[in-house]
Amino acid sequence: MSPATIRLAELTLSHARHPAVHHLSGSFLPGSLTAVVGPNGAGKSTLLRALAGLHPVHEGRIEGAAGQVALLPQAATLDRHFPLSCLDVVLFGLWAEGGAFRALPRDAAARARAALAATGLTGFERRPVGSLSAGQFQRLLFARLLLQNAPVLLLDEPFTALDARTAADLLTLIRRWHGEGRTVIAVLHDLDLVRAEFPETLLLARDPIGWGATAEVLTASNRLRARMMAEAWDDAAPPCDGRAVA
Amino acid sequence: MLRRMSLTADVLSHGVLPGVAAGFLLAGLSLPAMAFGGLLAGLVVALGAGALSRATGGREDAALAALYLVALAAGVLLVSLRGGPAELTHILFGSALGIDDDALLLMAGTASVTLPALAFAWRPLVLECFDPDFARAVGARGGIWHLGFLALVVLNLIAAFQALGTLMAVGLMMLPAIAARHWARSIGGMVYVAVGLAMLASIGGLLLSVQLDAPTGPAVVLTAGLGWASSVLFGPVDGLAARWWRRPHLAG
Repeated sequence: MSPATIRLAELTLSHARHPAVHHLSGSFLPGSLTAVVGPNGAGKSTLLRALAGLHPVHEGRIEGAAGQVALLPQAATLDRHFPLSCLDVVLFGLWAEGGAFRALPRDAAARARAALAATGLTGFERRPVGSLSAGQFQRLLFARLLLQNAPVLLLDEPFTALDARTAADLLTLIRRWHGEGRTVIAVLHDLDLVRAEFPETLLLARDPIGWGATAEVLTASNRLRARMMAEAWDDAAPPCDGRAVA
Repeated sequence: MLRRMSLTADVLSHGVLPGVAAGFLLAGLSLPAMAFGGLLAGLVVALGAGALSRATGGREDAALAALYLVALAAGVLLVSLRGGPAELTHILFGSALGIDDDALLLMAGTASVTLPALAFAWRPLVLECFDPDFARAVGARGGIWHLGFLALVVLNLIAAFQALGTLMAVGLMMLPAIAARHWARSIGGMVYVAVGLAMLASIGGLLLSVQLDAPTGPAVVLTAGLGWASSVLFGPVDGLAARWWRRPHLAG
């Protein structure tokens, strides 16, 4: 498991030309465990989606992400009433091995069951997805992510809607991934959790406020600056002259 | 249906009409000309509907409704340029008893292409329907499968319009699929139920139209509609009867 460094150079991502992530430069080193924090609308999810190739890069560059990342999306973005069984959904995590037509590996079902067990969903194999609670669905997506076995993991609010026990189980999984040398990047809101578990932090308020060791980034003054981010778009804003405002 | 694209099927069925009408205008009631025109128009509309859907960020219903109204008007106008009410009725509502050998061959050929194609594309299609973002992220090229599927829909509409008419063909496609949701919880099960219901509706509708001396297309679609209504009422999955008949809860 040897992830490559992911480099961002003057990266700007936008929604309808308004920046969602503004002039972000820096690197996610191989094996690093980074929390992405910031207020609502700060561009955290957009950044993860761009790293996964799901959001177009407006300006600047992303290097080293293609082909090695797997994304845990925000569960709320999926149709939870689709007529698939839990096992079917988890097996899609083996897409890289089976593709559109090839047979799945012999041990596919066993690996899928193990992934379900690791996320506390033993016995859910034949359950239709529509019958899961929000938290169980989130765990199902985690199980699919396990099977993808990617060197770089992008987690978008992985602990939302989870009870304490499940959150603890999934945190164990994240620690294990970190121990295996995978790069993990997680969008989080619980700063106590970030301080306790995540060595690196990227504090984002559209403009990058700080990126580095968690204790140095999550200072009172940085958090205040992040909080002052203007959440509304400025409809009269002129084209950017190329420098971050914050 | 699963992708909340029922309206797209409607649009396709109407979109085929101007093409069929153009074929009719150029060559009269000739099957190759009408089928080719319909195929061309249907593919253009499928691409256009896809582009509209992307341009409107998934909230395409109003734009699609506009598209199908325009297509319907254009089709009717084109047919009226050359033909009278009889030809118009024939194209819009079909006549199952007027099918010739060519039309039969077209239908058989379409069915022979469609079944293996669907089996072939099953996995990427299901993934694209359930989680298009994931499909994109793992490089499954969901968009291509989606377009291919729409092309199959168009092909089947063309094959069916001789018998059922452009307006009625989509009914036999959609109604059994919508009804199947009330009988099965898995996609595979839904497909079996939908095919079975469609066969029942075709045979039942044909018999009905002979008995009552009614036009075939509407009779078949009405029979399918009856199947849908009884599915909503009596289907075990989210059916109304299942909701009223409260059985005691289980222990775990």
